[in-house]
Amino acid sequence: MGEFISFLQNNLADFWTYTGMHNATVGHLVMILVGIVFIYLAVAKEFEPMLLIPIGFGMLIGNIPFNMEAGLKVGIYEEGSVLNILYQGVTSGWYPPLIFLGIGAMTDFSALISNPKLMLIGAAAQFGIFGAYMIALTLGFDPMQAGAIGIIGGADGPTAIFLSSKLAPNLMGAIAVSAYSYMALVPVIQPPIMRALTTKKERLIRMKAPRAVSHTEKVMFPIVGLLLTCFLVPSGLPLLGMLFFGNLLKESGVTRRLAETARGPLIDTITILLGLTVGASTQASEFLTLDSILIFGLGALSFVIATTSGVLFVKLFNLVLPKDNQINPLIGNAGVSAVPDSARISQVIGLEYDPRNYLLMHAMGPNVAGVIGSAVAAGILLGFLL
Amino acid sequence: MNIQKLGLLLCLAATFGLCACGERESNTKLVLNEVLVTNESNFQDDYGCHSGWIEIFNKSYTSADLAGWLIKASCTPGDTATYFIPKGDIQTNIRPRQHALFWADGAPRRGTFHTNFTLQGEQSTWIGLFDSGNRLMDQMTLPGGVLKADQSYARVSDAATEWEVKGGSADSYVTPSTNNKTIDGNPKKDKFSQHDPAGIGMAISAMSVVFLGLLLLFACFYFIGRASIRTRSKNKVKLKEEHAAQAAAAAFVPDEVAAAIALALHEELGTGHDADPRILTIRHNPGSAWSGKEQNLRQVPQRK
Repeated sequence: MGEFISFLQNNLADFWTYTGMHNATVGHLVMILVGIVFIYLAVAKEFEPMLLIPIGFGMLIGNIPFNMEAGLKVGIYEEGSVLNILYQGVTSGWYPPLIFLGIGAMTDFSALISNPKLMLIGAAAQFGIFGAYMIALTLGFDPMQAGAIGIIGGADGPTAIFLSSKLAPNLMGAIAVSAYSYMALVPVIQPPIMRALTTKKERLIRMKAPRAVSHTEKVMFPIVGLLLTCFLVPSGLPLLGMLFFGNLLKESGVTRRLAETARGPLIDTITILLGLTVGASTQASEFLTLDSILIFGLGALSFVIATTSGVLFVKLFNLVLPKDNQINPLIGNAGVSAVPDSARISQVIGLEYDPRNYLLMHAMGPNVAGVIGSAVAAGILLGFLL
Repeated sequence: MNIQKLGLLLCLAATFGLCACGERESNTKLVLNEVLVTNESNFQDDYGCHSGWIEIFNKSYTSADLAGWLIKASCTPGDTATYFIPKGDIQTNIRPRQHALFWADGAPRRGTFHTNFTLQGEQSTWIGLFDSGNRLMDQMTLPGGVLKADQSYARVSDAATEWEVKGGSADSYVTPSTNNKTIDGNPKKDKFSQHDPAGIGMAISAMSVVFLGLLLLFACFYFIGRASIRTRSKNKVKLKEEHAAQAAAAAFVPDEVAAAIALALHEELGTGHDADPRILTIRHNPGSAWSGKEQNLRQVPQRK
C-alpha cells in the first residue's frame, strides 16, 4: 500500500512539472498581461479589434508555460506542432501576400485615380521607414535588422511581417506586434502631430470634389500599377502583385465571386491565422528582450516621423500648387498605410474645424498610395539588403 | 488602321525585337562546377577510396533532377566515355543552389554517383553535361598537365563563367560538394555598414525610388485621366448630337411611312386573331416539345 501511495505521489509530482504553474516565469505573466491589455483595447476601445483580438489571444496561447524539454510539441517554436505548422505561413511569408490580395479586392482606388498627385503624399510618408532605419542604425542594430524595424513606419502589418521574415526573422514577433499595436493606436498618435504642424487656416482648406472615374481607368489602374512598380522594384512582387491582382478582380466587374472570396472568407481566414500565430510567437523566452523594448520605441518614433513627413510634404506641395487647387494638410497623415484608420482621422480632425469639410474621400487617396508606397519600400529594402 | 496605331505597333515590335536580340544566357539549371583529377589525400568516397571527381551545381532556386542525364568525357576526339545517370534514385534530385559530386572512379556498380570512366590529367580533357534528350547543357575543357595532385579546376565562384586552379594554398582550396567561394558574411549588408553607417545613403536612394515609382504612376494616371475626360466630353457632344438628330427625325414622319405602318398594323391585327380583337385564342400545338408528356416527367432514379 505504501508503495502504491509513493507511486501516486511520484506520479503527481511528475505531473506537477508539466503544469503551467510549475513552469511559469515572470516573463510569461508579463506577456499574458500584455495579451489581456490587447484584448481589452480591442473590446472596450474598439482599437483595431480584427487584429488585436487574434494577436492578444495568440499572446495568451503562446505564453502558457509548459515543460519545454518534454517534447510535447505544443509550442509554436517546436517543429511539427500544430501552432508551428500554422506559423509557417508567417515564417515563409505567404500569409502577407494573401492579405494583400484581400486588401486589393476591397480597396477602391478611385480617389487616387481622380487626383493622382495625392500619390506623392503616400511616397513622402514612407520617410517614416527610413527615418526609423537611421535611428535603428544609431542604436546599434545592423542594417538588415534596422531595415526590418524601419518598416514599422510603413504602418502596414503584412508588409512588416513579410519583410522582417526575410531580413530579421528573430525580431519578427516584436516587429509584427509593434506594427499592429501602433496601427491600432493611430487615433492616439496622429492627431496631436497633425494639430501641431498645421495652422487653423490650413485646416480649413476645402479641396475640389473628386471627379467621376471611368470603368476603363479603374481596370487600367491595377495593370499599369503592377507593371510600373514591379518593373522598378521586382522584389516587391509578392505584395504588389497580389494587391493589384485583387484590385483587378474587383474592378474588372466580371469576377465578382472571386473578388468577394478574396475580400471576404479568404482575408478573414488569413487574418485569423496571421494574428493568432503572430501573437503566439511572442513567447516570453523569445520575445522579452531589450531589443523588443527598443523596437517598440523605434516603432512609435517611425509612426511620428511618417505622420510628420506626410503633413509637412503637403504644406510644401501647396507652395507650388495653384490657390484654387490646394490640398488640406490634414490628409498628409493618411500617407501612412493604416487603411482606413488614418484617413478616418483626417476626416474627424477636419470636421472639428469645419463641420462641412469632408476629407475622407480625399484622404483615401494618399492612404491607398501609402499601401503601394510601403510595399515598394519593402521591395527596395529587400533588394538593397538581401 | 490609322498612323497612330501603326506607330504603336511598330514601337512594340521594335521593343520586342531589341529584347530578343540581347545576349542569351544558357537556361540550364545544372552546370559543371569543379573537377579534380588526381586525388591523393583529398575527399574520399563512402568506400574510403580517393578518386577524381566531377561536381555539378544547381544554380537555380528550384530543385533539378539529374536522372537520365549524361556525363561525357573525352581526351581524344572519337573516344568519348559516356555515363548515364541512373533513374530511380531520389538523390539525383538536386536541391536549389546545392551540389552533386560524381566520383570518376570507373566503378559504376558502387552507386549512382560513381561514373564508368576515370579522368586523366596529362592531356586536355573535355567534359560535357547532357540532358535526358541528349542536348548539351554545359561543357568545360580541363587543361592538360596543369593540375597537380589534389588540385581542382573550378569556377571562381559557383556557376561563375571564369575557371581557375584551386588548391595548394590557404586562400585557394578545393571545395567538393560545397560552395566554390565561401561566403562568410552578407556582402550587401557589409557594404552598407562600411559606406553608409548612418543610413543617409539608404534613405536618399530608397526614398528616390519610392518617389520615382509613385511619380511614374502619377504621370501615367494624370495623362490617362486627361484622356478619359477628353473622351468623355467628346462622347457627350456626340451623344448630344445624336439625340438632337433623333429628336429631329422623330418630329417629322413622312405621310408614306405613316400610311405603310397603318397598313401593316391593320393586316397583322386582322389575320392572326379572332374577329373580336379583345378575345385571345390559345391554340394547342401538338408538335411542340412542351406538349410531350415524356418531357415533363422526371426520370425515376434506378439502383445500379
